[in-house]
Amino acid sequence: MIPQDLQGKLRARIIDMNYKAKSGHIGSALSCLDILITYFYNRQPGDSLILSKGHATSAIYAVLNELGEISNEVMETFYKNASVMTGHPAPLKFPSIPFATGSLGHGFPLAAGIAKAKKIKKEGGTSYVLMSDGETNEGTTWEAMHFAIQNKLDNLVAIIDKNRWQGFGNISDVLGDTSSPVVWKTIGFEVSEVQGHDLVAIKNEFAIANQHKNGIPKVIIANTIKGKGVDFMEDTLDWHYLSMNEAQYRAAQASVAANYGL
Amino acid sequence: MRKHFSNYIEKIADQEDIVFITGDLGYNALENLRDKMSDRFINAGVAEQNMISVAAGIASQGFRVVCYSIAPFIVYRCLEQMRNDVCFHNLPVYIAGNGGGYHYGALGSSHHTLEDLATLSGLPNIRCYVPAFLDDMNTCMDEMFARRQPAYLRLGIGKEMPESLSQTSYGAAPVLNEKAKMTIVAQCPVVNNVIAALASNQEVDLFVVNRMPFTEMPAEMAASIRNTNQVLTVEEHVAVGGIGMAVATLAEKNAISVKRFECLCAQGYPDGLYGNQNFHQQASGLDTTNISNVIASFLE
Repeated sequence: MIPQDLQGKLRARIIDMNYKAKSGHIGSALSCLDILITYFYNRQPGDSLILSKGHATSAIYAVLNELGEISNEVMETFYKNASVMTGHPAPLKFPSIPFATGSLGHGFPLAAGIAKAKKIKKEGGTSYVLMSDGETNEGTTWEAMHFAIQNKLDNLVAIIDKNRWQGFGNISDVLGDTSSPVVWKTIGFEVSEVQGHDLVAIKNEFAIANQHKNGIPKVIIANTIKGKGVDFMEDTLDWHYLSMNEAQYRAAQASVAANYGL
Repeated sequence: MRKHFSNYIEKIADQEDIVFITGDLGYNALENLRDKMSDRFINAGVAEQNMISVAAGIASQGFRVVCYSIAPFIVYRCLEQMRNDVCFHNLPVYIAGNGGGYHYGALGSSHHTLEDLATLSGLPNIRCYVPAFLDDMNTCMDEMFARRQPAYLRLGIGKEMPESLSQTSYGAAPVLNEKAKMTIVAQCPVVNNVIAALASNQEVDLFVVNRMPFTEMPAEMAASIRNTNQVLTVEEHVAVGGIGMAVATLAEKNAISVKRFECLCAQGYPDGLYGNQNFHQQASGLDTTNISNVIASFLE
């Protein structure tokens, strides 16, 4: 069972972490947090998840801290010297972070490789990858899509955190919508869309994806809000980059408390 | 070497933890593997970046994965995948590139691989294998599969190793000649041009290095250079990051005085003209005639 106040509690923790570290990428972490909560509280033996949008690392650290895989003491070292808690996940530091990421476009083919290995070994379990929508600009997306279809990887679930913001603009103003459901469906994926902050809805989509053992890989397009839960951070590019001053930190915590009834 | 490589893999293909991925190459060379390995043989298409990341994903599940393409495509296009996904995680992914150096000749510069060892051998955990003969190919591949860490295998034209050389842990060494006046350290199949250039009675110690990075000076090589004080290195690779630079650094590190040090290496396309492998070797001074002249100048 997912604790009732977890969405608010972990948002407050992400804000704390990033305030202390004077770090950015807060909007990206808040955007995908609910997807990560859903995965880690429902995962089954043999499942794995790659956080391909590595810049949202504070979100995965917050969830793993809640689950006890990262201690409070280690959490305090985020962005510090002599730390394993880098701004993008480091290699081979935590069992639930199988691959270091940070350069976009790696996680999807890595996850396809894990899914293919499971097929060869005739093992169960699902290989998940969480990508950003801007990340689907990368050519490896095209390559891995076709690889997954050709190899009938129905044990592969790609989740796209679709907050519609990428590095220097809205997705429609940069390269167009490379995470469009039409594109993915046309190429041959089983496509579903979900409200990406609704834990029950996301869980249902995971369940459906896992039931369909039909030789077709899955993509779940999660429509999300960048900066979700902090009113002044929501749906802006700014909070991809900015770090908080003290006033912003207090305002952010107040906003989360109000929105999630903490 | 390509057929030898394919036959080697076929012999060990029964081991269930070996997966072979090709980047849509292998016509008339890999059919045996495709037929034998079933779902452990994968054609990943013309998509090298995906191929390497997929290989890392498969390797993370307990497999040793060989990725095959022609050398330039598997080295340069997917360098970040090799660094981030394979080497950072120290996974047993072995990239095998056919046609190192100027091997593909008149097919043009896109198909040449002159900077592969400079590019790859600085990555963490990797070992690059550059067999010079068919004989040391087996040794390199034995080590590669036993080591279970990232590797690059550069394939070229393979000939038999001459009887004057014996295999070592780094390549091949001669029986040291007390009367030797120069030491040659060569890498990759261009060593065959050196062998052709050496008259049987010349007083030369010839070493072959087939593993990179080359970080320790072997005792016998140090002894030879101390004796001759003259070094010639020969490689079908650019000077930067190649065996010449490595030997020079190690000589300095070991405080071995060298009166004359010369490096014969790939010069790119000095006249802006293209041709077969021999043409390019000649343009870079890596042909038998030039090597022979350079050796003679050392022995004067």
